[in-house]
Amino acid sequence: MADLVYRVNMTNLSFKIEEVPSEWLGLGGRALTSTIVAKEVDPECHPLGPNNKLVFAPGLLSGTSASNSGRNSCGAKSPLTGGIKESNVGGTSAGIMSKLGVKALIIEGMPQNENTFYQLHVTKNNVEFIEVPELVGLDNYAVLDAMAAKYDKKVAVMSIGRVGEMRMNLANISVKDPGGKLRSHGRGGLGAVMGSKKIKCITVDAENYKEVTIADPEKFKEASKIFTKALQENPISGEGLPAFGTNVLVNILNEAGGLPTRNFRAGNWEFAENICGETMAENIKARGGKTTHGCHAGCVIQCSQVYNDKDGNYLTSGFEYETIWALGANFGIKDLDLIAKMDGLMDDLGVDSIETSVTFGLAVDAGILAYGDGEKAYELLSKDLPNGTPMGRIIGSGTHLLGKLYGLVRVPTVKGQGIPAYEPRAVKGQGITYATSTMGADHTAGYAVATNILNSGGHVDPLKKEGQVELARNLQIATAAVDSTGMCIFVAFPALDDPKCLPALVDMINARFGCSLTIDDVVNLGKTILKREHEFNIKAGLNSADDRLPEFMKYETLPPHNVVWDFTGEEIDEFWNF
Amino acid sequence: MHVFVKLFAQYREGRFKAEQREYPNETTAQMVIDALELERVSPLGVLMVNGRHVDPSYCLQEGDEIALFPKVGGG
Ligand code: SF4
Repeated sequence: MADLVYRVNMTNLSFKIEEVPSEWLGLGGRALTSTIVAKEVDPECHPLGPNNKLVFAPGLLSGTSASNSGRNSCGAKSPLTGGIKESNVGGTSAGIMSKLGVKALIIEGMPQNENTFYQLHVTKNNVEFIEVPELVGLDNYAVLDAMAAKYDKKVAVMSIGRVGEMRMNLANISVKDPGGKLRSHGRGGLGAVMGSKKIKCITVDAENYKEVTIADPEKFKEASKIFTKALQENPISGEGLPAFGTNVLVNILNEAGGLPTRNFRAGNWEFAENICGETMAENIKARGGKTTHGCHAGCVIQCSQVYNDKDGNYLTSGFEYETIWALGANFGIKDLDLIAKMDGLMDDLGVDSIETSVTFGLAVDAGILAYGDGEKAYELLSKDLPNGTPMGRIIGSGTHLLGKLYGLVRVPTVKGQGIPAYEPRAVKGQGITYATSTMGADHTAGYAVATNILNSGGHVDPLKKEGQVELARNLQIATAAVDSTGMCIFVAFPALDDPKCLPALVDMINARFGCSLTIDDVVNLGKTILKREHEFNIKAGLNSADDRLPEFMKYETLPPHNVVWDFTGEEIDEFWNF
Repeated sequence: MHVFVKLFAQYREGRFKAEQREYPNETTAQMVIDALELERVSPLGVLMVNGRHVDPSYCLQEGDEIALFPKVGGG
């Protein structure tokens, strides 16, 4: 059976099931969420008002047996950036939505009654609107428990915690993973959009359905084999990522002078060894956690892990470099276990661990926290934030607003979104991605670190300007395409270095849908999506003046390389010349 | 001459994290890599001297800090 679009209206609690318009047929994931948002959402609307829409779309290959294809995209106009947003996640939702034949779930409107929160329960050709007063005021794990008690089977759960109910910019949408833990549509305040629509959680039940059809199963199998082999044989995806997770980057960025430290005042940190991936892997081995773990079924890379405390009790999973960096070098916590505890708490609360932690880094400049005072930060996180105290609301607004409220100049944001983990002055290609990305400062949008620092896809000197705009452009185009397939972005490492990888990916798409796309077609899809998003942002009021890094980076030199951000506006704007 | 050698990720296993070591003049980065048999473990990913990416043919100087990483990545 053909996939269908499920359209939910929260104003009058109704739903429609629609055929997929022909122009959406070849789209999935980010390509589809961004196309729908661009077509149906007024760019001038208030992100938390009735005219914004929240769109979920599994990738083109989600639900198939293709390795690493289980990412689900969520899109809307972002309350954090004021522009378009797409954030994709592992977990079980992409696979289950695809099995049910849901091409996209579009949620529009908002209920008149401010006081009622709903669970949306999606089944074959049906959406139930269930009032859930008993879940209001609970955080994510309690919601997962309640859903596990209610449905004695595998259902996808997407939920928000108290911070999402209060529509704060930090709020994410959390998704249950195969191990019963959480993954998140992290950035951009999508949890606030869900909260504004009075949706506490969405459950999807695909029991007895398997609507994913493969036009040419033989060809699919063959391409899938080659693709999986490419992922497994690549030294990064096959060995480095599983052994050390993404946190292996602490030491590399520290060495390269690109590890933002003390709210972007230096490029290296004397305590990097305390929090690095090597230390993390040692702890995991000694304490009986897991160094390898997949965020969704079918991941053969397994960059995730389970991290326990000294007594072997679970602290967190999906413990990522960007969070560890932000709470570590940037905010100053030297104790990896405390960082893990905060990471686990942020999962439960449903807040973006990058935005929250970058905000803590700035809170030091604001005089709210002392550098490295993890205990006090934990208190803010566990008490003020979820209870919505005035200080909780201030932190919950994110880095940009905190900076404005306290009259600060050194505010590390682009388009209102906190800059993650890679110092733009010392990793200049990444700086171009931060400046130009339609998503605001988002490291995954075009990971120039790969070529600037990791020697993947060649090498472009991170400290020089030459070649950076082109690098960031090519990577952002490729990423927009990959984000549409349902693939985890880490397939980019073999794709950059193994000539068999990308053709196999395109062959899988062709075999799934019976089409005959070329690599050029896929690249063109990436270009089209980026331009569509860019156009939305321009109409939303974000123009080239917003494609800029914070001004202090132009005049403050960054040790140890003593570099500044030296791109002119015209040089940055060249990015859009394609 | 004295060179400070730092190893990372898999390269640390059975070796060391960071050590001040003695090398004859004219030693290249590649010679350090070979002497430590690093590429038997995993291909070289990133080579930096004093925080800058260099080629394996780089000729080490007194007081240099050399950092050696296997192919690793993240994001
Ligand atoms: S490599 Fe990591 S992020 Fe990608 S699918 Fe696997 S666990 Fe998830």
